[in-house]
Amino acid sequence: MKYTYFPGCCMTGDAPGYEQSIQAVCPTLGVELIKLDDWNCCGATAYSSIAELQSFCFSSRNLALAQKEGRDLVAACAACYTTLRKANSYFWEYPEVREKVSEALAAVGLTYDKRVNVRHLVEILTTQDGILKTLEDKVKVKLTGLRVASYHGCQLVRPKGGFDDPEYPHSLDLLVKAVGAEAVPFPLTSRCCGGSMTISRPEITLGHIYKLLRCAADNGAQCIIVACPVCQINLEAYQGKVNSKFKSNFNIPILYFPQLLGVALGFKPKELGINRNIISSKKILSPYVS
Amino acid sequence: MATEFKTEEKVTVGPKSVAEEEMAFRDEVWSIPGGEAIRLCKQCGTCAGSCPNANFMDYSPRKVIAMVRANMKEEVLRSNSMWWCLSCYLCTIRCPQEIHITDLMYILKQLAIREGYVQKRGRSSNLAKGIVENVRKYGRVWELEMMVRYYLRTNPLGLIGMAPFGLKLFLKGRMPLKPHRIKNRKQMRKIVKMAEAMEAR
Repeated sequence: MKYTYFPGCCMTGDAPGYEQSIQAVCPTLGVELIKLDDWNCCGATAYSSIAELQSFCFSSRNLALAQKEGRDLVAACAACYTTLRKANSYFWEYPEVREKVSEALAAVGLTYDKRVNVRHLVEILTTQDGILKTLEDKVKVKLTGLRVASYHGCQLVRPKGGFDDPEYPHSLDLLVKAVGAEAVPFPLTSRCCGGSMTISRPEITLGHIYKLLRCAADNGAQCIIVACPVCQINLEAYQGKVNSKFKSNFNIPILYFPQLLGVALGFKPKELGINRNIISSKKILSPYVS
Repeated sequence: MATEFKTEEKVTVGPKSVAEEEMAFRDEVWSIPGGEAIRLCKQCGTCAGSCPNANFMDYSPRKVIAMVRANMKEEVLRSNSMWWCLSCYLCTIRCPQEIHITDLMYILKQLAIREGYVQKRGRSSNLAKGIVENVRKYGRVWELEMMVRYYLRTNPLGLIGMAPFGLKLFLKGRMPLKPHRIKNRKQMRKIVKMAEAMEAR
């Protein structure tokens, strides 16, 4: 199955491991991601805070470029996914937004007049016919005994209208189970990690991160998987700071979900960019890696 | 026909009478796409109870809505409430009236900037500003420049504290030293310029 792929800025920045593991795993599962040529930043939460109309306009540049390709647009970053979805829904729901955005696009010779579906990679892998089954069939090393907390985060499932329950999502658990690992209970799975404010208000965000790590650890998780580069860096790179603030001793590997799938599919950790994660997952993955 | 009941043009609130034209702030907020639904708020407080950051806000989301409807422009735009919104949308999905509270916070942030209520060294607003500059210049975000600029504007000494963090990411190949530029930056700039012109009208 072919999709137009929207990587987003993190994939070329702090999340090369996510990109690498996506590019390894997707072809194996028969998911062909064709990069949207010359895509631009979606605007994220930040640009919309300052000038939303501008954000809608250039976000829609991506939608207009994707329209030409005629396929669904797939993002793997939860923030890109939500932002593109928002630009899309405001474009179609509010005639005044549509009019202005269309005018700005027309000025540069672009047209957006046929709704492009914006989807997340997790949605594709868990809801598209046959992919979960393919995943199960292609598993080379069953991750039996590995206890995984699936962290969905906020923008993967919210606001409404997405592919899973906005408060108690389970999509990532389906993937965890498909590769033979154990999905531990994780009640805070869609609680926000505070990613958008980690830089500006670390004193507060560390508390949010602490609660998530505590919850995962108390439920016996050996690692946490995520579907958003912001969640990943937030939960991983700040663990040291969380530990010194809350006198804890967390050392929980945070994996991008395709990295976990990739290990089960027989890829080497390096091929999945696992070596680029800050917290080593050697110990927990060694039984499954040859 | 004479009647005992005169149609009052004015609504009386306390000692001051508030004419319709004095409700400009409220009216503006609900004229902006995404802001109209605050009319439906019944002040149940589900948003305030759901928000992970409500206890750090000057006014909880529920209060913010009440204050906007009471046209308390000054107090709302000067407050920190919208700047503490994480955009996690928990309030939005739980609201029984389906008010887009997160989107309302975006509207208030923009109005606060436009009306000059934002402090020069405001942390969240400066972070946003850095990303805006990045996107305008390159079409994409370049984290290194964004972070450095943010610290220089808000807390230059903080840069020293962040250096080990940046180095850690750099060593893992996660902190590019050069920006990724899109090819058609001219197109991007023109779109932004057009949108800016439309904002002004």
